[in-house]
Amino acid sequence: MSAPILHAEHMEKWYGPTAALRDVSVSIDKGEIVAVTGPSGCGKSTLLHCLSGILAPQRGSVRFQGREIGTAGEAERSRLRRTVFGVLFQFGQVVPELTGIENVTLPLQLGGLGYRDAAVRARALLDRLGVGDLAGKRPGEMSGGQQQRVALARALVTEPQVLFADEPTGALDSLAGEQVMVELVRLAREHGTTVLVVTHNAQVAAYADREITMRDGRVDSDGRSDNYGRDNSSDGRGDGDHRVVLRGEVR
Amino acid sequence: MMSTAHVLLGVLAAQGVSHGYELKHEHDRRLLGVRPLAFGQLYTTLARMLRDGYIVEAAHQRVGGPDRVAYRLTPEGMTALDGWLSRAVPPAVHVSGELFVKVIVALLATPDEVTARSYLAAQRAAHLARMRELTAVKTGGSASVTELAAADYLLNHLDADLRWMATTLDRIGQLRSEVRS
Repeated sequence: MSAPILHAEHMEKWYGPTAALRDVSVSIDKGEIVAVTGPSGCGKSTLLHCLSGILAPQRGSVRFQGREIGTAGEAERSRLRRTVFGVLFQFGQVVPELTGIENVTLPLQLGGLGYRDAAVRARALLDRLGVGDLAGKRPGEMSGGQQQRVALARALVTEPQVLFADEPTGALDSLAGEQVMVELVRLAREHGTTVLVVTHNAQVAAYADREITMRDGRVDSDGRSDNYGRDNSSDGRGDGDHRVVLRGEVR
Repeated sequence: MMSTAHVLLGVLAAQGVSHGYELKHEHDRRLLGVRPLAFGQLYTTLARMLRDGYIVEAAHQRVGGPDRVAYRLTPEGMTALDGWLSRAVPPAVHVSGELFVKVIVALLATPDEVTARSYLAAQRAAHLARMRELTAVKTGGSASVTELAAADYLLNHLDADLRWMATTLDRIGQLRSEVRS
């Protein structure tokens, strides 16, 4: 059993007099895909923001690969977000003035890579996500699902160790949402990327190995301790058994 | 109501002339996600379709073993198929799911909400586990479009159950008071 890639203990986050997180502890293993669900206002987005270093909790610790980031300064947290974390939001926040490929090369260029090399990697990823032909188009000429796939490419192009996704399909129709989630999960599995996805949608949560549910700023249930996480799902049924699974038969 | 006879009429319409084993094979191949047709059911259904004049025997084929009877659709069979395909399935009048019944009986037969709550938690876990299995069909990369559609059908129904369970859990106190009154 390896050490968790992300480990938070007793986190507290307050907005004025309102508690968004109360004594929240979670542990996430490398390569794990975890869904955080719960009703609106339960603290799930705040949890994601604290784990990704966007916000700092007032109490408790957040450790990434054993290093404390909860109390790290803004510069250090910003560096982490640029180098080892990727983020994807409900509205992809692609830059409207830039083309698809320029949006994806952006984080690589910020990291010091030249445009030519960055463009090669960006193009390969856009192709992989089925939006290579949109490389030269601006977001205004793309559908919502296409924009979100460009945003996904931008989030993954730096090959982050952890991808944080907050309602990544919330603004999409169901088929476009499915395409984004399927590609997100496939790429994450291929690269061993750890994924934390915040969603109120059980169908999105079902892409995860494990579900953490929150309620009133606390962890209500955690698939890890409830024991219906990945240990249960890896019961020997391989990918080739879809027909069997669909029919609910186990040979 | 969906009947096996109507489905077989459709499969036979596509095949032209076909014998029982071929019909079963096509049924199972085309309707992925639907329970495979049992031979007993196949032959009793074909006998009923013959009796009702929806199909006729078209030929006797001998392929190595015993005689196989091949069938084809009659005009009456075609009309029956058209009628079934164009009729809307009546939306359910009664609650037919066991989930609802279990919650009410749990509140009725036990002194507090504990049984109903723990049942709902267990059901939620079972639904989520099944949803994860079905979602793996989508991410596996080898699923046909029919399999994706079948998985989606099941996923959306499970999701609807989950939303109903969440709402019911939110009002379980009121529900208990009413059931026990």
